[in-house]
Amino acid sequence: MNKSQLIEALAKAENLTLKKAEMVVNAMFENMAEALVQKERIEIRGFGSFKVKFYNGYKGRNPKTGDLIEVEGKKLPFFKVGKELRERVDR
Amino acid sequence: MALTKEKLISRLQTQVGLSKQESRAVVERVLDIMKDSLAQSEDLLISGFGKFSVRQKNARRGRNPQTKENLILRARKVVVFKTSGVLRNRINGIRAH
Repeated sequence: MNKSQLIEALAKAENLTLKKAEMVVNAMFENMAEALVQKERIEIRGFGSFKVKFYNGYKGRNPKTGDLIEVEGKKLPFFKVGKELRERVDR
Repeated sequence: MALTKEKLISRLQTQVGLSKQESRAVVERVLDIMKDSLAQSEDLLISGFGKFSVRQKNARRGRNPQTKENLILRARKVVVFKTSGVLRNRINGIRAH
């Protein structure tokens, strides 16, 4: 399922115009994305939680050329699935 | 100070112009649709945010680190999330061109 299918499914289930459903879905993910940009945790009971983890940089090699390269540290969101979703998926 | 479902509901209320009940209903519905999709092992791709997918894990031998007991972890399905490149760049302060 992609975002437009999610928007269509929401519009149908809640009797909304596509425009309104699109606004809702976009606003939801934009709020979540912005929280992560601010390094804020997201906790959605039954679905899961996100937190931004920092990964240290390291010296690596380009596997093709063997050149030594500096890999910079980075921040990446980490998702932990919530109990309800975990159980439903594994059923 | 985490972003919770309650906070999402009250933010959508002002941002989209909904009543509290409407906002609660749509947020719960979006989450239900997402959970239903994953429960059917169908991937969920949210452009600009990331991709949730269901991965099949094989059974493997494990060990309880506290009791040092050997045990078999059964085959199971788990949800994995991969952040979209756009969001990853935003989090790392890299502007899109």
